[in-house]
Amino acid sequence: MALPATVQEELIRPQTVDDPPVIDLHGLSVAFGRRQILKGLRGDLRGKAIGLLGPNGAGKTTLIHTLLGFHQPTAGTAQIFGHDITDEAKKIKTLIGYMPERDAFIAKMTAVHFVRLMAELSGLPSEAALERAHEALFYVGLGEARYRKLDTYSLGMKQLAKLAQAIVHGPKLIFLDEPTNGLDPPARLRMIKLIREIRDSGQANIVLSSHLLVDVEECCDEILILRDGQIAVYCNLEEERKSNRKFLMLETRGDQNKFVEALSSLGCEYAISSDSRLKVVLQNGVEVRDLYRLAGETQVQLRRLSYKRDSLEDIFLKAMENGYGGL
Amino acid sequence: MAVYEQTYKRYAGPLTSEWNRFLIIPRHAYRAVFGSKLFTAFFVICFLPLLVEAILIYLHHNFSAIAAMKINVRELVPIDAYFFQTFINIQGGFAFFVALLVGPPLVSRDLRNNALPLYLCRPFSRTEYVLGKMSVVLILISVITWVPQLVLFLFQSYLEGFTWFKSNLLMINGIVLGGLVWALLLALLTQTISALVKWRVVASGVLLGIFFIPTVFGAFVNEVFRTRWGNIISLGALIKNVTAGLFGTFDRLWDVMRFRDFDGTITEIQLVEPPLWASWMVLFVICAVCLALLSWKVKAYEVVR
Repeated sequence: MALPATVQEELIRPQTVDDPPVIDLHGLSVAFGRRQILKGLRGDLRGKAIGLLGPNGAGKTTLIHTLLGFHQPTAGTAQIFGHDITDEAKKIKTLIGYMPERDAFIAKMTAVHFVRLMAELSGLPSEAALERAHEALFYVGLGEARYRKLDTYSLGMKQLAKLAQAIVHGPKLIFLDEPTNGLDPPARLRMIKLIREIRDSGQANIVLSSHLLVDVEECCDEILILRDGQIAVYCNLEEERKSNRKFLMLETRGDQNKFVEALSSLGCEYAISSDSRLKVVLQNGVEVRDLYRLAGETQVQLRRLSYKRDSLEDIFLKAMENGYGGL
Repeated sequence: MAVYEQTYKRYAGPLTSEWNRFLIIPRHAYRAVFGSKLFTAFFVICFLPLLVEAILIYLHHNFSAIAAMKINVRELVPIDAYFFQTFINIQGGFAFFVALLVGPPLVSRDLRNNALPLYLCRPFSRTEYVLGKMSVVLILISVITWVPQLVLFLFQSYLEGFTWFKSNLLMINGIVLGGLVWALLLALLTQTISALVKWRVVASGVLLGIFFIPTVFGAFVNEVFRTRWGNIISLGALIKNVTAGLFGTFDRLWDVMRFRDFDGTITEIQLVEPPLWASWMVLFVICAVCLALLSWKVKAYEVVR
């Protein structure tokens, strides 16, 4: 008995705008004994790559584990691609891949054997599983080492093998829990590149949990910051980037006074941060080319111009300082 | 995700059926199990008693061979329920050592390397995981116990004729159920110990302990209290009684002990085995406890409350 056609179709169908959200949280609460870990999370996440951020103990991993069906919600529920995590757990598991945070592998197995086993457990026939195991290992860069036993792998290689097992069955949603943990800079860059490639392929959505803000910033277009089991901040990084295109950092050479007077006449707000640096807020109707024109008229050289926006670190720190803000 | 394309692609092919997906685990496990030459050699030795059994059955029906070997037919062991029961008990002993060699690392290795989340994040339940791990032991034990016994029973029926087959049909019960109960008990015990004890050597030691310590203690109770109720805690005795029950050869009266008192009078004590239902009950309780422990231990992540 093969899987119903609808499930198979769902596996290969690309996500469209009309589709249900990737993750839809309906007052999701999880408690371990008397300890409340997640407190009524609400909201829908639709990003291609969703970053989960938060200090230690905020509930990031518990949220992932609950979505994977490892923990039962004490109240509320959540949906993944419109499927309820409690009622349709098995269906959801056909659509997802998971790369755990901790070292996780099956001892005394070669990488290709391990990844093949994982593919078969996901429902792939034996031959297809073997073929895709080879492909996945080549894709993550372990092609040459695929016949080596996993016990002999370095930490970076084990991380890549974990990624290979998470993607071998071609899931629609991939949960990556601290994928760059313990990696040296080149290995980290390689992992980030792979994650971005998967995201850009448009074939899978990604949920990335990391304590490294730079990783999330490089890979994700939507972030969810958790604090004490609640949503502290939801932020669409793409929109944030677009909305902040009015803030500029300028570095000038020449008589700055004439230039700032001219800026005032255009109605732009500014702040002088040093002799040569300016922060400017462009008014509606004022374009960057107007600044170049003013600079030419006032005999000032514009040596550097960059868009100033809140970095993810700023957003994160604000979230830690301020109250909670849902979606 | 073809190698030359090096891009991420979803899998669009057919998927296997869900009901027999647990059998993927034994299929992959046997690669490691039979990778050991020592185990393979031992597994071959497990078939030797079966070969002897087959020869005995054959000799019973080959008069020219009996004549050539100058054997009196009456000296040959009769082929009846006791015959098959004896061999199933012998094979049961081999099965214990197979379980001892194969069982302990099955779950413990996964727990030690945090592999359970990898299994359970897939469309693969905890029940399927336990079933898969148990079937590694179950299949191996079945291959050396009830399956060949059943084949030999059919062989004997073929040589003896349909009348013998019809009158001994109940023996199939003993062969199949007796073998399966032992295999199931060993599979459950090894998996439970494997889930509780992370180190293979310790797990093997615990399995040996569970088998032998209650047996010795039971024998001690039997001797001291002049009873047979000590057998209720001995796994070997329990399974022997249950198998005898299934073969229809169970007799509660084990022996009669006679001893002279200080005043010279002779006292007789009947040594009576515990009733069959009690043996079944104890086996059932052991299995229930094993299942409860497995359900407690086999989880993707342990939750600290």
